Amino acid sequence: MEMQEVLFYAIMAFTIFSAVIVAFANKLIHSAFALLFTFVGFAGLYIYLSADFLAVTQIIIYVGGILVLILFGVLMTQDIYDVKAIAAHNPLLLSLGGGAFTAIILAVLISKKPWFTLLNKEFEPTTATIGKLILYEYLLPFEIASILLLGALIGAVYLARAEDKDK
Amino acid sequence: MNSIIPYLIVGAIVFVLGIFTIVYKKNAVGILMGIELVLNSVNINFIAFAKFVDTGIHGQIISIFVIILAAAEAAIALAIILNIYRMKATVDVTQLNKMKH
Repeated sequence: MEMQEVLFYAIMAFTIFSAVIVAFANKLIHSAFALLFTFVGFAGLYIYLSADFLAVTQIIIYVGGILVLILFGVLMTQDIYDVKAIAAHNPLLLSLGGGAFTAIILAVLISKKPWFTLLNKEFEPTTATIGKLILYEYLLPFEIASILLLGALIGAVYLARAEDKDK
Repeated sequence: MNSIIPYLIVGAIVFVLGIFTIVYKKNAVGILMGIELVLNSVNINFIAFAKFVDTGIHGQIISIFVIILAAAEAAIALAIILNIYRMKATVDVTQLNKMKH
């Protein structure tokens, strides 16, 4: 096996392992930090899929933005020393059943052959192509996304501000 | 590495773990983490198909939009969770059974 391939399978195992920790960790803060490693592992897999721009976007937005928000939510909303509240979960068997159901459907889908591997494109930088596609073909979705982000920004500030109606 | 199958398998496993997390956790922030796992696994499928099937890179554009939606959703969900915590002093979703308090 080549070095690249070894690294690929290492990243794959790393991603799956940290996703398992996210699912099964008892303390929510452990889940949050395992989620960090899952996101980084996904960024590594994106590089293997020759999506360089998306790998960097993944690091910036998920690790730098969403994960910080989630950590913030974990630390703000729970007493981290309250053991009973930390370990509270729904029944394990029921949840495993739900997961197994999804797993069966996906396994059947993936094992249906053949999957297309028509092309195996060489790596080329994607940033310029993405910029052109966004400003020509995907201009309307792009503008709608910017309005959505503005709405989400205002909505989040409105929802999270301190209530002082009682005075 | 030069076939689409490993990527699909990673995507499927993380998707299943995300669904499991959504069902298993009672804490609202934990459910949000499960949703993030699901969205990430969808993204890797889009990008894998963009590399191995599509002649362009349209799948990557779709996953950019997915990332945008995930960011907006995380911000709004966190604001709602903070609000619930302020009102009820809990984020256990099994205790939240009233639309208004």
